[in-house]
Amino acid sequence: MYVAVKGGEAAIENAHKLLAEERRGDTNVPELSLEQIKQQMSLAVDRVMTEGSLHDPDLAALAIKQARGDLVEAIFLLRAYRTTLPRLWETKPIDTGAMNIRRRISATYKDLPGGQVLGPTFDYTHRLLDFALAAEGGGDASLDADPAEPVVAPRVTELLAGEDLIEEAGAVPDKDAPGDLTREPMEFPADRDLRLQALARGDEGFLLALGYSTQRGYGRTHPFAGEIRMGAVEIEIDIDGIDGPVTIGEITVTECEMVNQFMGSKTEPPKFTRGYGLTFGFCERKAMAMALVDRALRGRDLGEEVDAPCHDEEFVLAHADNVEASGFVQHLKLPHYVDFQSELELVRKMRREIEQGRWSDGEEAHDVAAE
Amino acid sequence: MSRQVKKMSNATQSSQSEARRRWLRLMALSETRQLAEIWDALPTAPETRVLRRPEVGLAMVRGRAGGAGAAFNLGEMTVTRCSVGAVDSRTRTHIEGIGAIGGRDRDKAALIARLDAAYQDSGCDIAARENALNNLSAALEERQATQAAKTAATRVEFFTMERGHT
Repeated sequence: MYVAVKGGEAAIENAHKLLAEERRGDTNVPELSLEQIKQQMSLAVDRVMTEGSLHDPDLAALAIKQARGDLVEAIFLLRAYRTTLPRLWETKPIDTGAMNIRRRISATYKDLPGGQVLGPTFDYTHRLLDFALAAEGGGDASLDADPAEPVVAPRVTELLAGEDLIEEAGAVPDKDAPGDLTREPMEFPADRDLRLQALARGDEGFLLALGYSTQRGYGRTHPFAGEIRMGAVEIEIDIDGIDGPVTIGEITVTECEMVNQFMGSKTEPPKFTRGYGLTFGFCERKAMAMALVDRALRGRDLGEEVDAPCHDEEFVLAHADNVEASGFVQHLKLPHYVDFQSELELVRKMRREIEQGRWSDGEEAHDVAAE
Repeated sequence: MSRQVKKMSNATQSSQSEARRRWLRLMALSETRQLAEIWDALPTAPETRVLRRPEVGLAMVRGRAGGAGAAFNLGEMTVTRCSVGAVDSRTRTHIEGIGAIGGRDRDKAALIARLDAAYQDSGCDIAARENALNNLSAALEERQATQAAKTAATRVEFFTMERGHT
């Protein structure tokens, strides 16, 4: 029986006012501007854009401010916003080989065309708290550099491909239009295009843990970071009346290509295989984790033994989305008064029957539940 | 004869496309302020009427597996489009100007659409147009050069330590 219960309107309204007050914090402290968040919390902005699956730094900064820095909440806000806009175009696939590089490293080749450029990395910092940043004005810093040509370089895997020691990137046939999980619900088994889309918007923490598990032995894939690159790529679309693609802007992306050992099969000699990660902005850890999980999920296609959690496509893809996960976990906060009452009744009834000696050994609880 | 005419018109269309692709790209990668300056400096601002008001929407950004393999959907980005109509000052034919940009700057999309129409006009001052576009290109290159210089300063130079020699 359902009993409609109303109430709490005033409490909810006041809770939202209190939320707004606490979001603002001490009014003697200057309010954060979106520009400040965009400039000085840029990696938070990048994560929110990547997992929110919407590239717009201003909106991501607004979402972070509104969510009081709760990034999963901010991601949710961005996902909700995107549903209000019409889809105007599908872009040409971005050409990461033509990237205007800001960071590019390879753990497999020391000397490679274009060289290794570290860019703005946390790597090799000592992870000691920098108290200079705690002081006002202590964060002013700039790098003076001599003029140089933009770094544009071929991808590392293209170097190996010449020797046929690594599988080709186009191991999967190109479809007319790649699958889009925002239009059609995902079905399993899913092709690699859909898997990559799901991983690209998947939760960094979840993918990081899964990627880590593959390294620790739960589905070993022997990865090397073949290449990590970050920089600007141009976005092109087709426009009626104009022959050839037209650039409408540029965005920063991070790409990771893992190179993995492959023992070979009856039909294929041993060679290296590839796992791929791609994100908006500078989300290097996410791109690496994505590449590890992408490769692990290819185990079935490559005829490998698939027995680890990272190989279980449905397990991985159905739980990678933090908006869905957060929604389902948090719905437990909603009133379940009636459900709980009925379960309470059931437990009381079982207890009574046990006390009355009606249960003999081995009788199952579900017999009572079935009554 | 007619084939030849068609061939020529194809060639014209293709060189026109090439020119539009260049300026639409440069304008999309420039700042709104720069475009407003160019518009204000036009000797004769052509009359344009709005065909499609600046509209904000989404574009699905695609990547390729392994950078060069099959396409997949990476995620969406906000975009703005706008189009204007004009009448060519010499040929009296219809011109459509298009603004298509990443982001939600409606003014920028509208400016690009109007400039696209002005630049297609057969009476357009080509020297002035090329001058304006070269300025945009130079500003873009300067911005990229600043970035490139800082990036290049983080290039790793490896040293090989020779061992075993006496």
